[in-house]
Amino acid sequence: MTGTHLGMPAFPAAAPAFPAAAREAVRDEGLRANLRHATHTIRDKRRRAVAELEDWDRLRAAGRAVKDHTLRHLDRYLLQLEEAVTAAGGTVHWAADADEANRIVTDLVRATGEREVVKVKSMATQEIGLNEALEAAGIAAYETDLAELIVQLGHDRPSHILVPAIHRNRAEIRDIFRAEMGGWGRAAPEPLGDDPRELAEAARLHLREKFLRAKVAVSGANFMVAETGTMVVFESEGNGRMCLTLPETLISVVGIEKVVPTFRDLEIFLQTLPRSSTAERMNPYTTMWTGLGPSRGADGDGPSAFHLVLLDNGRTDTLADEVGRQALRCIRCSACLNVCPVYERAGGHAYGSVYPGPIGAILSPQLRGTGSAIDASLPYASTLCGACYEVCPVAIDIPEVLVHLRERVAQGGPVTRGGVRVTLRPADGHTAERAAMRAARLLLDRPGALRAAERLLARARRLAPRRLPGAGRAWTDSRELPTVPAESFRDWWARERSDPR
Amino acid sequence: MRAALFVTCVNDALYPRTGIAVVRLLERLGVAVDFPAAQSCCGQPQYNTGYRYETEPLVRRTARAFAGYPYVVTPSGSCAAMIREHYPRIGRKAAAEGRGGELAEAAASLAPRVYELTEFLVDVLGVTDVGAYFPHTVTYHPSCHGLRGLGLGDRPRRLLAAVKGLDLVELPGAEECCGFGGTFAVKNPDVSTAMGADKIAAAAGTGARVLCGADNSCLAHLDGLLRRADSPIRALHLAEILAATEEEPLP
Ligand code: SF4
Repeated sequence: MTGTHLGMPAFPAAAPAFPAAAREAVRDEGLRANLRHATHTIRDKRRRAVAELEDWDRLRAAGRAVKDHTLRHLDRYLLQLEEAVTAAGGTVHWAADADEANRIVTDLVRATGEREVVKVKSMATQEIGLNEALEAAGIAAYETDLAELIVQLGHDRPSHILVPAIHRNRAEIRDIFRAEMGGWGRAAPEPLGDDPRELAEAARLHLREKFLRAKVAVSGANFMVAETGTMVVFESEGNGRMCLTLPETLISVVGIEKVVPTFRDLEIFLQTLPRSSTAERMNPYTTMWTGLGPSRGADGDGPSAFHLVLLDNGRTDTLADEVGRQALRCIRCSACLNVCPVYERAGGHAYGSVYPGPIGAILSPQLRGTGSAIDASLPYASTLCGACYEVCPVAIDIPEVLVHLRERVAQGGPVTRGGVRVTLRPADGHTAERAAMRAARLLLDRPGALRAAERLLARARRLAPRRLPGAGRAWTDSRELPTVPAESFRDWWARERSDPR
Repeated sequence: MRAALFVTCVNDALYPRTGIAVVRLLERLGVAVDFPAAQSCCGQPQYNTGYRYETEPLVRRTARAFAGYPYVVTPSGSCAAMIREHYPRIGRKAAAEGRGGELAEAAASLAPRVYELTEFLVDVLGVTDVGAYFPHTVTYHPSCHGLRGLGLGDRPRRLLAAVKGLDLVELPGAEECCGFGGTFAVKNPDVSTAMGADKIAAAAGTGARVLCGADNSCLAHLDGLLRRADSPIRALHLAEILAATEEEPLP
């Protein structure tokens, strides 16, 4: 298969740095209003749903512990998983990176002789740009999650983990359906209003045709159980279940960090995930499949072939980092997005990745490295306010990881890339900042000099400009500067409370 | 009782009135205040921007300046959180990287002796009514590091509620970040300003004339926005309100 063009990645590597990308979103009043409304509604509901459980803190600690334990022994659990999946009639494939995963899936689909697949929402396949890779191989991939469908039909990118079309309003969705559905399959009924029920019905009719025709499905999974080889998908619409049961061949692409040791461990996440993500006590559809199982295959329900593609794509490198590895505990509930004041203003696209918001800010620069402008800027896309840590159901200390990654960008340090330990040099573009930090430190480490500098500042206070040049402009463009006092505290103390020097 | 004041670099250079207010307030409550002149910046701007090596000398300096004091009081939630939460972390990392255990020890010894002002008043001195007088309508913004980092809870509000003449009104969305975030304010100025704008709009909606906080860096950002907008609301540090009395009202 030489000459296979893998297509464009879902998010361009040359995405603009976060501050520039966020600027546009901040100025888009409509977008900000949509985001504000959506995130505030869901965060309030989440708070109520979580408050119902008296043992939330213990569930949170238990979820964290299960994930940490699994990550510590990931090699062992993955081998156990492979064995269980194989014993149940499935086939396991290991993919080191996006290219390898895309190649495996493309070959598997080609082997069936099919030219189209249905998909149930899977972040892993978005992460690797599978749809584009399939398209380049002449295979059409149809998203079946409603929000994913909207994004796909709109030639758009997802902007939220759980609500990928959070940035779209009803009228926009109606226009997308009317303009695009016909080109992909069954056209939207005419006339089409923007009532949610009408829109859902249009999607249902469009998708039903796809489900009934498709021979191959591609899915992700929220969890994989090592002891039984069971895959688990949580969803709200039931489209996923159609996708997982109707086609003949099922290919699941799952990140290696999604494994948990035992079936019992699911008990924790069955409680914490729905409450954190959709503020529901239980998610409406939980689908579990174990290889082909006795009731599946030719004479039973469900697919007759099952393939599991285990995706690394930067995860073992992330695992090698003591502080950063906690990002792999993430169960993609999106609670951190919904409480993040920066996400609320900047929107999901500014993060240049399928993982937006606080978790994206720590995951992307680890999975992809800090080499690009967007990845080097993501650790700074936060005020470190801590709201994300507070809501995270697996207690990921996102601010701690952010500071850790800032350190990597600003001063360099050891990282693992492709399994090899390397020492990163500080990222470009921080030279002036580094010099300023150093100068500030030299001054701050000499109280005598500091006192002299404060006096100088006090003497020049009348000359203080309203607008600063250079980096200071970022402050004075929108804010007044503090007024410099006539006397520093240090001098006041010396005058009032101790002997004058 | 004797306590050392860690005034913080921002207060020293730009908001001496806050430091003076803390001194007057504590002295009024019978505390003998020391100001160790060897103190400087806690290193928060450096550390939070990713310059951990540049932070280490400041950790060492701060630990040395306050050696021997059982109580170190600071009118800044974020600086208190920096020392309590991050100093031990910085010390451990330095030790792990082979730069001796001395920094780790100094950091670990200082961390539990540092108190944010409202913690010191409520937990150590056991007072909520500090005898202050401030006849104005006030709304309180709890900065993130005080709220989530230190878990100050309702201590600041209880102190304010006990001030004679003060009308405390709730700030809608109080727990949301104001958008300052240290160097975030200049690295992401658009998002920072958008967050601050929402915060001052919420404050304006309360009808309060004073927006009170316990961290002058957040207040510098909010005050800068208020003044640029020619707002009648004044940003004020909690310490200055608590220091004001009928005999010596706030100018
Ligand atoms: S980091 Fe935590 S809160 Fe955010 S999506 Fe992952 S599990 Fe949910």
